[in-house]
Amino acid sequence: MTRSSRRLVSFVAAATVASTLAACGGGGGGGGGGGGDEENEASDVGITEDTIRIGAHYPLTGVAAPGYSEIPTGVQAYFDYVNANGGVNGREIEWIYRDDAYNPTNTSQVVNQLVLEDEVFAIMGGLGTPTHNAVTDFLNSEGVPDLFVSSGSRLWDDPEEKPYTFGWQPDYEIEGKIIGQYVAENFPDAKVGLFLQGDDFGEDGAAGAKQFLEDQIVAEETYVPGNTDVRPQISALQAAGADLVLGFNVPSYTALSQLTALQLGYQPQWFYSNVGSDPALVGSLLARFSEGAVSDASLLDGVLTTEYIPTVDTPDDPWIQLYQRVWDESGQEGELTNYRAYGMSMAYTMIQALQSAGQNPTRDDLVAAVEQAGADWEGPGFAPFRYSEDKHAGYSGMLVSRIVGQGSEDLTPVLVTDNGDAEIEEYDGEATTPPESGIPDEEPVN
Amino acid sequence: MSDLQTPASAAGAATSDAPVSATAASNASSAQATGGRTFLPRNTLLRHLLVLVLCAVGAVVLLESTDLGFNAQIGYVAYYAIAAGGLTVLTGLNGQISLGHGALMAVGGYTTALMLDAEEPLPLVVIFLAAVALTSLVGAVVGVAAARLHGPYLAGATLALAVGLPGLALYFKETLGGEQGLTVSSPDRPEWFTEAIRTLSGGSPSGVKWIAYISVACLLITYFLLANLMRSRVGRTWRAVRDQEVAAELAGISLGTWRVVAFVVSAAAAGLAGAVLALVVRLTAPTAFTIVLSLSLLTAIVIGGLGSLFGALVGSVLLVFLPRLLRDAGESLDMDAAQAAEISYVVYGVILVVVMLFAPAGLVGSIRLALLRSRARRSARG
Repeated sequence: MTRSSRRLVSFVAAATVASTLAACGGGGGGGGGGGGDEENEASDVGITEDTIRIGAHYPLTGVAAPGYSEIPTGVQAYFDYVNANGGVNGREIEWIYRDDAYNPTNTSQVVNQLVLEDEVFAIMGGLGTPTHNAVTDFLNSEGVPDLFVSSGSRLWDDPEEKPYTFGWQPDYEIEGKIIGQYVAENFPDAKVGLFLQGDDFGEDGAAGAKQFLEDQIVAEETYVPGNTDVRPQISALQAAGADLVLGFNVPSYTALSQLTALQLGYQPQWFYSNVGSDPALVGSLLARFSEGAVSDASLLDGVLTTEYIPTVDTPDDPWIQLYQRVWDESGQEGELTNYRAYGMSMAYTMIQALQSAGQNPTRDDLVAAVEQAGADWEGPGFAPFRYSEDKHAGYSGMLVSRIVGQGSEDLTPVLVTDNGDAEIEEYDGEATTPPESGIPDEEPVN
Repeated sequence: MSDLQTPASAAGAATSDAPVSATAASNASSAQATGGRTFLPRNTLLRHLLVLVLCAVGAVVLLESTDLGFNAQIGYVAYYAIAAGGLTVLTGLNGQISLGHGALMAVGGYTTALMLDAEEPLPLVVIFLAAVALTSLVGAVVGVAAARLHGPYLAGATLALAVGLPGLALYFKETLGGEQGLTVSSPDRPEWFTEAIRTLSGGSPSGVKWIAYISVACLLITYFLLANLMRSRVGRTWRAVRDQEVAAELAGISLGTWRVVAFVVSAAAAGLAGAVLALVVRLTAPTAFTIVLSLSLLTAIVIGGLGSLFGALVGSVLLVFLPRLLRDAGESLDMDAAQAAEISYVVYGVILVVVMLFAPAGLVGSIRLALLRSRARRSARG
């Protein structure tokens, strides 16, 4: 069991007593949430008087593990931090995550285990489109909240068929739209090539980009994940004369496409979607794939990409400062990476959801809370969520940036939009800062 | 379940020639049920029917006395065991190797997923039969090619099947769903099932339980049919083809035909396994049917004991539960989940190697060999 419990149990017990005392004294405000006067009850499966159990599946081994396996450690660090500061309504969060090796067969097995044996209250952040797709029907038929899927597929936004499933990150279609519009405005004469992963990711991204680039696209190449030879695709892009390549691909294929282009002497302007552009991970993959010939991410210098949550290359960002503090306090091995920051941002959203769901929530209360309050939550994301009763899609926008060394510079303000032919607009909200305590304080929705 | 009922008591025969080959687990079943004490009927069909009923009762007790989480795990054991049962017939009895059974399972799985997706899906039995029939057909085609090949060449040809066939799902993206695969809608559970479970244990008859029962039923039926086949003339012929090609041909056995038949039977089991997998996993995607699946099946039958259905079942149980137990053990030693997951694969590999070193005939095969030896010694002394 990966629980935050062991180490923290005594501390949290003390904190719980303290917050209870505070509540008794009429002080209120303690416990990091909108604590009412009621007593805590075991209001549903996975929730007791003093714990809430949350589960997830991630690739901890196998091809998809580099990078992604760090996400749950970030989540762990943030939940530890919340637990150490009184938990949610005095409840400690138990975080259980299991390995599915990015294989859907394993995912369904692991999620069975989480739901039927570990009896989690909710699933949060299950990673991957084909993997998570294997379990949404099961989770919805069992009535288990399936929050904040770690994938930008549009499959998660289907309130009719999948009322318990919610996306979190901006979906690939709106990312494609924002990228497409940026390219159309700033590179109106570019011949655009598309380098796409052969699934929803590539398809949705391309669909979004085509709304603005239909006339500029000269080639569209698809790769199959698992096949590591991308020479045919890159040569085809080169042959078509593409001088700007949009990549909707995962990090390992960013590295592969860069190395292949280097071999072919092909030097277009590259534009990778957010998923495939983490400089630290791509840099280490480049070093590994090239057996040391390319030692860092310098190949990525000047590459365009998108961002929707703060990244670790901006150490002055108040969110990153919070994350750094949380990470240092958690005492886990390794550095704060963008993947861990991703995990913490999502964990922050989860705490908001749990607080909004009230003191003794049922699983349905949690879902209702996300639908009713989710669009108003202020958190690390640059743009607000799109949650409502008819919409289960995550962040509504992102900004375009350029990779410079290990960091990046912003090229546009935050742009928000929605699926289909919704306009792309500049987001007029202010940049958010985390609360003093580092823990959100949302009012219960009812 | 051919082993449960195998009295294997031809003591005299065993003295002269103690079997030592890796397929020891399969050989005992050729011994006739003569002589020795047994409480089971002598007629093979009756005996197998009795064992089938006993196993069915045992399965119901098992499923009703455990929680839903365990029921779900049983589904996984079942589809591995069905495919492994088919493979053990092919490899253990007929001496052909196949690295392509994962791909054959994909045929069954995709057939089921597509047919369940229809507006008005046909009865589940019909869908399963269709999956079996289609996979058998593919198996026959592959079998014709395979019958001409031996050893590493056969392994290579079937390997190509394992690598190539899931690629079709990417090519025919529109119908087969591409990389993401097809989600499988769970079949409705009938009224009688709900009522039967209520009266039986008072438990709540969830979809998970219904699928667990379907899986176990498929497993028992498959093993019943395979056990009969292995005990029949067909089984004897397969063994003859495996052990002595020349002698078999002299006896009028057409090697090629019987090899193809073995492949078809084995493919049929793989097809059913794929159909069960589709229900249990609720998704058919290319990533579920990789070469790893084929190799896992091979691991299961070798660990359990080649040629033995009971061995295939034991191997499948290990395949499902061992990595999980190891992971939990690792986590209870205060490792984080990622470390535990990584270590569990190492330990799992080591355990497999150790079993192969010390029990080269597989778990069931080795136990059976030990029994035969001690019996031989006793009868030599007496």
